[in-house]
Amino acid sequence: MRRVSRTLRGFAAFWWDFIVGDDWRIAAGVVLALAGTAALVRATVPAWWLVPAAVAAMLALSLRSATRTGRS
Amino acid sequence: MRDLLLVFSVFAACVVEAVEALTIVLAVGTTRGWHATMRGVAAGVLALAVIVAALGPALTVIPLNGLRLVVGGLLLVFGLGWLRKAILRASGFKALHDEAAIFARERAAAEQVGFSPGLFGDSYAFTLAFKGVLLEGLEVAFIVLTFGANQHSIPLAAIGAGAAIALVSAVGVAVREPLAGVPENSLKFAVGVLLTAFGTFWGVEGAGGHWPGADLALLPMIAAVLAFALGAVWWLRRAHAAQFAGPRDPATTPVGQVR
Repeated sequence: MRRVSRTLRGFAAFWWDFIVGDDWRIAAGVVLALAGTAALVRATVPAWWLVPAAVAAMLALSLRSATRTGRS
Repeated sequence: MRDLLLVFSVFAACVVEAVEALTIVLAVGTTRGWHATMRGVAAGVLALAVIVAALGPALTVIPLNGLRLVVGGLLLVFGLGWLRKAILRASGFKALHDEAAIFARERAAAEQVGFSPGLFGDSYAFTLAFKGVLLEGLEVAFIVLTFGANQHSIPLAAIGAGAAIALVSAVGVAVREPLAGVPENSLKFAVGVLLTAFGTFWGVEGAGGHWPGADLALLPMIAAVLAFALGAVWWLRRAHAAQFAGPRDPATTPVGQVR
């Protein structure tokens, strides 16, 4: 049982590292930006600008955080 | 004349798709190694062949936008991660050449708890190459089917697509060697820029958005991401210089706030 639990934890940890990486806020921001784009498209509002704007904001915030806290 | 136009149209459309796939494969192969990348390419081609053989003309029922959304989102997450690290390295806040050590450490940690991610070697390289080849390959198959069906000549459309793929593959082999001479972090920086731009482009399309200028929007997108990243490096270099200003022994000067 403990072995299964360890394997599952290792599996989850690998995929978390693999997909989310160093800064979980980037992954969360990407999901939110794409969801926001889909919502704007449904509302028939031009939506192409949202992801580029979110990318710029996320990268700037992540870099700021990394250089201030040393979490690089 | 109509047949020639069909072949040329399919050729031109497929060159665009093949160049997109090649860009990702070259970028990943040059920075992360060719072994896992080529396995990813082979797996992508195999998956594509299975899908095309199984579905045939019914291929057009695959929700391409859903695939673009997933692939675009993942490329964007990976691309931003690469770009973030490359900017921190270029500005001095992070040590150079640490990627391999980090990868080995993470892999060892995963294996220690009983999970072995090493089936395909470097999972990042494998996945990126696989996704790039599968998505672009599906787009090529769509082009062949739609153009070919409209003109009642799928074999001719397939010839145009085959020629495009052969040409782009030959270019890829030719530029592989010169790319190997480019400094490692510069390549990683370029890969981060490309993955972020492609991820943004596909993600928006997958979410149902439309780019002004369609596929041409990719070029200004790449330029904009590059300009932003270079600006960030310039800004952070100044911040790093200010943070570590003053007389110090070069042998003990820290690279930055790296743990």
